[in-house]
Amino acid sequence: MLETADLLKEGIKEELKSDEMLLNMGPQHPSTHGVLRLVLRTDGEVVKEAVPHIGYLHRCFEKHAENVTYPQVIPYTDRMDYVGSMNNALGYVIAVEKLMGIKVPERAEYIRVIVAELNRIASHLLAFGTYGLDIGAFTPFMHAFRDREKILDLFEEASGARLLYNYPRIGGVAKDVPPGWLEKTRAFIDYFKPKIKEYNDLLTFNKIFIERTANVGVLPLDLAISYGVTGPNLRGSGMKWDLRRNDPYSIYDRFEFDIPVGTGEMGTVGDCWDRYWVRIREMGESIKIIRQALDQIPAGEVMAPEGLKAIKPPKGEVYVRTETPRGELGYYLISDGSQQPYRLKVRSPCFTAMSVFHEIARGGMIADMVAIVGSLDIVLGEIDR
Amino acid sequence: MRNFVDQLVNNYEFLETFPRPLLYLIAMVAASAIILGFIAILVMFFVWLERKVAGHMQDRYGPMEVGRHGWLQSIADGIKLFLKEDIIPALADKPLFVIAPIIVFVGAFSAFVVVPFSENLIVADLNIGIFYILAVSSLTVIGIIMAGWSSNNKWALYGAMRSAAQIISYEIPVGIALLAAVLPAGSLSMRDIVLAQSGGFWNWFIFRNPPFGFVACIIYFVAALAEVNRTPFDIPEAESELVAGYHTEYSGMRFAFFFLAEYANMFLVGTIVTTLFLGGWEFPIFPSAFAFLNPIIFVLKGIALVFVMMWLRWTLPRLRVDQLMYVSWKVLLPFAFACLFGVSAWMLLLHSA
Amino acid sequence: MSIQEILEKLKARFEGISFELVETKVDPFIKVPAKNIAEVAAFLKEDESLAFDSLMCLSGVDYPNTLVVVYHLFSFKHGHKLVLKVETPRDNPSVPTVENVWRTANWHEREAFDMFGIHFENHSDLRRILCPDDWEGYPLRKDYKTQEFYHGIRVEVAEPPDPLYEAKQKSKVDKAAKPTGTSATKAAKPDSKATTEKKAE
Repeated sequence: MLETADLLKEGIKEELKSDEMLLNMGPQHPSTHGVLRLVLRTDGEVVKEAVPHIGYLHRCFEKHAENVTYPQVIPYTDRMDYVGSMNNALGYVIAVEKLMGIKVPERAEYIRVIVAELNRIASHLLAFGTYGLDIGAFTPFMHAFRDREKILDLFEEASGARLLYNYPRIGGVAKDVPPGWLEKTRAFIDYFKPKIKEYNDLLTFNKIFIERTANVGVLPLDLAISYGVTGPNLRGSGMKWDLRRNDPYSIYDRFEFDIPVGTGEMGTVGDCWDRYWVRIREMGESIKIIRQALDQIPAGEVMAPEGLKAIKPPKGEVYVRTETPRGELGYYLISDGSQQPYRLKVRSPCFTAMSVFHEIARGGMIADMVAIVGSLDIVLGEIDR
Repeated sequence: MRNFVDQLVNNYEFLETFPRPLLYLIAMVAASAIILGFIAILVMFFVWLERKVAGHMQDRYGPMEVGRHGWLQSIADGIKLFLKEDIIPALADKPLFVIAPIIVFVGAFSAFVVVPFSENLIVADLNIGIFYILAVSSLTVIGIIMAGWSSNNKWALYGAMRSAAQIISYEIPVGIALLAAVLPAGSLSMRDIVLAQSGGFWNWFIFRNPPFGFVACIIYFVAALAEVNRTPFDIPEAESELVAGYHTEYSGMRFAFFFLAEYANMFLVGTIVTTLFLGGWEFPIFPSAFAFLNPIIFVLKGIALVFVMMWLRWTLPRLRVDQLMYVSWKVLLPFAFACLFGVSAWMLLLHSA
Repeated sequence: MSIQEILEKLKARFEGISFELVETKVDPFIKVPAKNIAEVAAFLKEDESLAFDSLMCLSGVDYPNTLVVVYHLFSFKHGHKLVLKVETPRDNPSVPTVENVWRTANWHEREAFDMFGIHFENHSDLRRILCPDDWEGYPLRKDYKTQEFYHGIRVEVAEPPDPLYEAKQKSKVDKAAKPTGTSATKAAKPDSKATTEKKAE
């Protein structure tokens, strides 16, 4: 009986077999988060194979870095992941400082942590907003941008810029924060904390949203590790791993915070919803860190004396990794003793996250492609550098 | 309409000199022009309203520059679209490409012929009014498929195929949910259906045959949302997936036709729900006392329902194709049948009592 | 596990292979012969006490006489790191792939191929990744010269501004600044960016 049914099904399938279609998604497409191009081999709505093509935003960052001096690299790092500029620059300056053995003043360390965590919130807000947009809800995007704007205002006061800050410098930060800035930051986090609940009510626990994201794009832990996926994507797959805790840099070992991980609450561990939910909870953890930093921040200098002289690291090499909003950002820096880096390689978290895409996208539908790309939270500026 | 013309001729003798059929024709054209103009203005108002509703739900203002609170924005948009270059892709199927938006537009607007704005304010009170609306509004899908096919664009084709699957699936729960209102009225004429609900809001079909009338109303509204491609069922034009779906290649006035048709369809759904479930042109209490307000009340009820659609759009994400089909075939359809059965059972009980 | 212990383990497992430990100030590294890197990598991952399950970074480096591939390894299980280096000649650079050990190597190796022209043997899909498929030359090599035309479009290369210009000015305050130099500094960033964008196209 069963066999007959199966055979019948097979027969029908054979008869209805139609041609597969190649679909170019991007590089100009509303939800490829920049200029990503996905070549989809589709059978109706089902995607049989998805091949990402990158490089449309390649700006030769690494070649540039070899042709400018050490401090001049910082603005270029800002332009890699342009929604998490502070974190990018932070990783670079820590690499140079480690190579040179510079001790950064306490106050500068605290300011760096505060701006890095603020930027993490801003970046996650963007991820949250655009993810809503990908799934088809427009309103969360506007709400997220409303609050992100307030963070940008704070950054503007501190650094003079709203997107590309060039604020962390080798040996400290560009300048001390203006008077009253710390109070404004405190006011912001007091304002922002209840907003997270608002986002959850609006999007996170929406039935349709859960239907669209749970059990979609499941990334098993072993696959994630093998593909070098890091950050919220790795945590979404259930790994309690955060460089700020497990391999602390700067002064992150002084703060209390949790590491949210995906538990498969709505579906399977490592699905799109888990990755998204990790980001939402991370915003709350960043608030905790900022609050502690604001309580502890001492007065004093914001620049080490070495940072004011010409930067000339000794011969050698260093690999430094930091936890940006998108995961582990590594700088592999080789110095030949001159004022320019001999080689600067960037290990981009989005690059590795994108490389796993074809594995988790296979067999999904076209709408799932958008959901998966959005849940990986990629920034093409960082993938292509 | 014929009666109306005959009455006119009887009152004004000089009209006798004209042949009757010509008079009928003139009257028809005039009535159509009036309804078209009225709906067109209403649609422009909806476009403005949508932007305002979206703005305020998103913590911003929406259009503010053109006129006070941007009330002239739709006109400005219209002028812009009218002046835009009309692009037809080189490899498009030209005749189909040109005719597709017109079919969609005609399908959306001609349904208003049977919409009863008040007891006498109705262009044609067909005795199969409901079926007429179902038939004419299904024209839309043909236009959409033509648009998607003729564009010679993969995204447009996807949008068209999705749309075809979606609209045809949702026709079924729509039709059956409507029967839950047709049964107690005992007529397919829009006017008769409203008259059957007269005498206060407790007589409205949404509250009759509890709870089936209410459920049928909800089913119809949800399914109709899908039929007019509104969020959460806007997969044929799913912006973040299919760029712009079936109208990806359209620009200028041709795009505007699709755009206006969408809003006209929204209002059509509003008027159908109003007619079939919400008492049509009647004021909720003491309807006879407020009889002079009838057309306004009808339009207001329609606008309120359109507002609900906008509210949903700016709140909910979008379903996926398979989930959309699931909702239609496995949720709405069984419930619609249950409603039909329940309403019939109620009526049998009441009649036998 | 310290790098000495790891080296001991490697020497015990691979007797015929000569490993070389290079001590540096920050990150010491082990040099591995190019032809053996795949098996060494597999061992580093499989061995229980080493368990390098993560390839953090794979970089190519162009030294004056040789091309070097650098592997930064990390073990989630034990929390230790390791840096491996592989040398390969500049005129026929070839290194076995480690794609089968860590799948992330697939894209990283493609990038190294794209930027340095290092051929990874047995790689499943060795194509250019950032540059267009028909781009000429390997941009991150030190002697790279931009091609003149790309599909009939001139690839414009502006004279790179002197990065040390400001420093030089500070030390020679009394000397008058060259007019060309001034404009070069002013336009330094947008100029060079525009150039690379054209290159990328």
